[in-house]
Amino acid sequence: MVKDNNSHSAEHVLNLRLRVWRQRRGQPGAFEEHALQGVSTSASFLEMMDMLNEKLVRDGKEPFAFDHDCREGICGMCSMTINGMPHGPLPGVTTCQLHMRNFRDGETITVEPWRARAFPVLRDLMVDRSGFDKVIQSGGFISIRAGSAPEANATPVPKDVSDAAMDAAECIGCGACVASCKNGSAMLFVGAKVTHLNLLPQGQPERDRRVLAMVRTMDDAGFGNCTNQGECQAHCPKGITLDVISHLNRDYLGARVKAFFSSTGKVRRGGD
Amino acid sequence: MSTPSCNSALSSIGKKAVMALTGLVLVGFILGHLSGNLLFFKGPEVLNAYAQWLHENAALIWTARITLIVSVIAHIVAGISLTLENRAARAGGPAVEQTRRASWGSLTMPYTGLVVLGFIVFHLLHYTFQSVALGGQTFPLASNPAFTDVHAMLVAGFSHSGVSAFYIISLALLSLHLSHGVSSTFQTLGLRNERWRGRLDVLAVAFGWIVFLGFSAIPVSVLAGCIK
Repeated sequence: MVKDNNSHSAEHVLNLRLRVWRQRRGQPGAFEEHALQGVSTSASFLEMMDMLNEKLVRDGKEPFAFDHDCREGICGMCSMTINGMPHGPLPGVTTCQLHMRNFRDGETITVEPWRARAFPVLRDLMVDRSGFDKVIQSGGFISIRAGSAPEANATPVPKDVSDAAMDAAECIGCGACVASCKNGSAMLFVGAKVTHLNLLPQGQPERDRRVLAMVRTMDDAGFGNCTNQGECQAHCPKGITLDVISHLNRDYLGARVKAFFSSTGKVRRGGD
Repeated sequence: MSTPSCNSALSSIGKKAVMALTGLVLVGFILGHLSGNLLFFKGPEVLNAYAQWLHENAALIWTARITLIVSVIAHIVAGISLTLENRAARAGGPAVEQTRRASWGSLTMPYTGLVVLGFIVFHLLHYTFQSVALGGQTFPLASNPAFTDVHAMLVAGFSHSGVSAFYIISLALLSLHLSHGVSSTFQTLGLRNERWRGRLDVLAVAFGWIVFLGFSAIPVSVLAGCIK
């Protein structure tokens, strides 16, 4: 495991060999090899990709398409598998927060998109993560009467519950869990969202419907099934743990049992 | 938020729950089978008396058999379905594959499961139906020829080094399967957290070793000539 030493005083430049995935939507893709000289060890991985793209544009070639937005490690847009590891070799960071000091001079770096059936490649390193949006649309919210801000202390939340919910809420929905999972499963993501909302008092009225709907949508989107290997936790840039999957399983199985034994209503007389 | 209807096809977590619950039944059987087998070391009288007692309790043995057959079939069907879905969902995976944390046992579950299935079939043909690898011999109990002299049958069966080696290798793979499966069961049923994960992982590995050492002690002791 590579350690990020934050020593900016020892800045060097790297000469790299890059194998980057090139693909157009609906067509087969392939790796392209490029040499890139003079990459500062203080550059972020995305800045290195910017350098590569600038070089390609200067040479009259097409730049690589890749997702990025905040470049602060909080938006969840960047999404590259670097040398087989989603978000690269440094645990606990997103690609934008990965710096080139974590690579060696002369190293060959393989950059490819998230690989999963539910994340089809849009172009080069960009994938369609709308499967996650559909999961959220199916239950990743609470239904409240929107209006003026409620009284802050009207709904007390115990500190340990609030801490656990906020730990789960750290998930930025980047999809590294799916990309790292040997089964293409999204259960760390879905577990984080279900745990976050189902722990809080505001999430209680829809607790069972939420978990049933989100798991149904997750299955329909073509994600795989968790086999409890823990690769997702090891690659999650936000340190979400398998606890959320255990919570998801518990809530889901409980909701199914409750639905199975739910009241069938009053006995109707005189036909139905 | 629409209320999902209760569809007949099992969801991902539903199938995982089937794996976990049937796995628990099979783990319970393994423990019972191991305790019975270890009577081998108490001598022919004790082991044969135990075998005779089992066969005299037809209701008990048939309840156990039917529960096991249903569990094994459900475990296999759910396992194959989950594995095929997972293969498809992975879409080939990345060109460079890296593993940070997944244990060897967890990565090989479908393969160890298949070998164990083959082993179960052989084991049933070998000692339950006595139709393979025993050279057509029968082992009637001297005191009551209607029953089998299980001790003599085991000694004869395990005297063949190839058969014993197959048993020991299969048991090692079964133990590898259990080293992930036992802990995984708790996670699937929502009965695990970060505090308990390490402990349950240790318990699962320990259980795997107990199963391996306990069962393979029989062919090893026969091969080593300790028990004749």
